[in-house]
Amino acid sequence: MIVIAALLVAVMLAAAAAALVFRDLLSAVIASCVVSLIASILFLLLQAPDVAMAEASIGAALITAVFVIAIRRTERYEE
Amino acid sequence: MRTLTSLILLAVIAVGIGFALTEVPFGTPKTEVGGYYLEHGREETGAANTVTSVVVGYRAFDTLGEVTVLFVAALGLGAVLAAAGGAGARREVEPASLVLRTGAILLFPLLVLFGTYIFLHGHLTPGGGFQGGAVIASACLLIYLGSRERIISRVGRTVTESLSGLAFVLIGLIGLAFSAQFLSDFLPKGTLNTLFSAGVIPLIYVAVGFKVGAELGGVIDDMVKETR
Repeated sequence: MIVIAALLVAVMLAAAAAALVFRDLLSAVIASCVVSLIASILFLLLQAPDVAMAEASIGAALITAVFVIAIRRTERYEE
Repeated sequence: MRTLTSLILLAVIAVGIGFALTEVPFGTPKTEVGGYYLEHGREETGAANTVTSVVVGYRAFDTLGEVTVLFVAALGLGAVLAAAGGAGARREVEPASLVLRTGAILLFPLLVLFGTYIFLHGHLTPGGGFQGGAVIASACLLIYLGSRERIISRVGRTVTESLSGLAFVLIGLIGLAFSAQFLSDFLPKGTLNTLFSAGVIPLIYVAVGFKVGAELGGVIDDMVKETR
């Protein structure tokens, strides 16, 4: 269990760093979606299913959608 | 220069928080109220899910505040988008692919059912009004992705939102009439772990589920419509 959690945290940190580095904002949004998704799995592993549900549906689904719609209206690439 | 300054500032803050956190023993209860909730929450509120017994039982007034915050945020977003609406050139709505369209239409009723299950069983299983409402809102998002010509009725969602918000306050006021305490439980507790138990908690969670679903669905609706 601790190995899985450590692996997930490593992927989460990598995705967070990628979200900072990416110049393509759409990729950055997807990377931050990965952060939320892994956070929700970690909440589940920490026995907080209530928080995990909220994180998965709001953090991973709705916030990503709002960002993608906003990017569609504005610039896709950061200069 | 700016980067250096912000790095130094961040380092100072990190060291400060680090020192502060070493004083707090990790994983030990800091307050006694948590233990009280775990011990008495089930029989005092009748909710089998301890998280719900805190969120809608002991701290129902805070939940009302949370719902209000969400309402104001959605209202503000709607106002800003309506004020800025029509500025961009309206693009033609291209139809979704067959796979996406079929998948969205098949999944939509299942997701709505799942969201409803989550908020109806908020006092028994993990989840509650907020989570169920968010799942229903993501079902609305799916419909926007899959079949773009369908739109949620603005009147319908506004009425749903207002009525469910009103229901929450009314439940609180009925509690006030019964025992001089806002949001106090006026219904029988019932048997623990059955659907009709926990007094007013399921009623409040149904109202919150409808409200959050209509609100977040409305946010998606506003975003999609105004930025099309």
